[in-house]
Amino acid sequence: MRMNNFLLLPIIIPFFFGMILMFGQKNLKYQRLFALLGIGLALISAISLLIKVKNDGIQKVTFGNWPVPYGITMVSDMVSALLVTTTLLITLFVVWYGFGSITKERERFFYYPGIMFILTGVNGAFTTGDIFNLFVFFEVLLMASYLLIVLGGEKGQLKGSIKYILINVISSALFVITVAFLYSVVGTLNMADIAVKIADINQPGIVTVIAVLFLMVFGLKAAIFPLYFWLPTSYAAAPIPVLTLFGALLTKVGIYAITRTYTLFFVHDLSYTHDLLMALAIATIIAGCIGALAYHDVKLIIIYNIVIAVGVILFGVSQMNEISLKGAMFYLIHDMLIKAALFMLIGIVIYITGTSDLRKMGGLMHKYPALGWCYLIAAFGLAGIPPLSGFVGKLLIVQGGFEAGSKWSSIFILASSLLVLLSVIRIFLYAFWGEEKETTGTVDKKVYNTLFVPTVLLVLITVAYGVGSEWITPFMDDAAKLLSDPSIYIDAVMKGD
Amino acid sequence: MEILMAFVIGFLFMAAVYLILSKSLLRIIIGTGLLSHGAHLLILTMGGLRGEAPPVLKEGAKTFADPLPQALILTAIVISFGVTAFFLVLAYRSYQELETDDISLMRGSDEDE
Repeated sequence: MRMNNFLLLPIIIPFFFGMILMFGQKNLKYQRLFALLGIGLALISAISLLIKVKNDGIQKVTFGNWPVPYGITMVSDMVSALLVTTTLLITLFVVWYGFGSITKERERFFYYPGIMFILTGVNGAFTTGDIFNLFVFFEVLLMASYLLIVLGGEKGQLKGSIKYILINVISSALFVITVAFLYSVVGTLNMADIAVKIADINQPGIVTVIAVLFLMVFGLKAAIFPLYFWLPTSYAAAPIPVLTLFGALLTKVGIYAITRTYTLFFVHDLSYTHDLLMALAIATIIAGCIGALAYHDVKLIIIYNIVIAVGVILFGVSQMNEISLKGAMFYLIHDMLIKAALFMLIGIVIYITGTSDLRKMGGLMHKYPALGWCYLIAAFGLAGIPPLSGFVGKLLIVQGGFEAGSKWSSIFILASSLLVLLSVIRIFLYAFWGEEKETTGTVDKKVYNTLFVPTVLLVLITVAYGVGSEWITPFMDDAAKLLSDPSIYIDAVMKGD
Repeated sequence: MEILMAFVIGFLFMAAVYLILSKSLLRIIIGTGLLSHGAHLLILTMGGLRGEAPPVLKEGAKTFADPLPQALILTAIVISFGVTAFFLVLAYRSYQELETDDISLMRGSDEDE
């Protein structure tokens, strides 16, 4: 067997550090240092994995040296390598930011192990090549997310987490049911093998039913149109760093799972499955826009922007051509970065003003001009104003949409950018412009800097992502090729080594 | 046998949905337990019930029970056990904190109060 266990490092390192961080809960210095160290090491291994995937193609390892369809396969292709790297990069900044934002009581009570285990789950879900193993990694990340969302035990948190857990328990049961149905039809769990078997039987009606069931299961996690109802209240209850992590990572795992299943398995009845996906994506955008414009709570505005982005990315996926898929990948990574940056920015705003209600804020521009400009750049990036990061992704998605013949829905996607811009600029108008208002929060300069420095760096990364998209394009090209042509993935996994 | 199992599973799902739709948090948790039982039985049934056929022990066996669904169920049972335990603790904690187990009184976030 070739030594490519390397691709497991971004999963195993956080897991290992999660375990050792479970000891020494009271020693804050040790907790913080080792958390950063663990994420840093995992990030380095993820970046080198990304380069390896770029140079040598898809990496895979099958546990226990079983031949391929029988053992559990882990596959690192361009899509998953990019997502794993972005995940670790964001978490590094979120943890750093958390030093100033999360309370000491939380830090002393399994906050860092929680983050490490959520990373294990997220990276595992991105990397696995086995549908049941995907379920297991989903559960790993969900268990860690239950801990993080309820940590602190405030009343609002308890209310929010009960809903969150109930929804996820039900969706897990549905996931198991769906996998069981799929297994009864194709008799295999290996994703590449499933794709081959479904192609062999030419996707009969029952497989299309299973496709829709998968859309429901993953849609609950990804918050697509009728299934996003749980997300705003549950997420809003969590403290800012946890909210950032959830907003940037968890829905994206759902999107990844939909993308994977809908580009690898269910590609033989596009007129049904992908049209359904497109309709739901558009409905998701509408629902998200309504939510984002309706509230005066800064947290909720950005949370509803998550929902909008889910719609935009899935619209790109539903068009199923290389350009739109490339756009979807561009936009997916962009959205992870920019959402993390935005949540961190409004976290600072909430810290300064002591409230999350827009109407009670105002005039921050006088005292905090740097924060104001940072926010403005991030807001423009979110809306996709060139040359910032959202532009390339949206451009490609719309171009792909036109190519696939969905003219009106592509125009709709463009129009929705204006609503996105309006919703985030409202925060800018209320919070940064206008009369200075009395603030209840006391601002400690040192804490402010701990919050501000990682945020600025992340905003700069999003700017670099937009301006330097020329250098990122080769990676995205590979990812798009892989998604638009399932046989690349199948061949890489199924052929012996 | 499969028909019978389908009814059993359907009945479990029915009971689970009924319990999950009730107001009491404890009933909801019992409902999620039943839901996962139903799902596990479903995996077993979907793998094909072969009656008394043994698992694969040697090559060339004509009838054998599929071992994979059983492995899947084992994994899923452990996971749902852990989640249920966590959920019960959370329910108790929120009962202490919010002084109710009525889910309809747990609406909204802190700001609405």
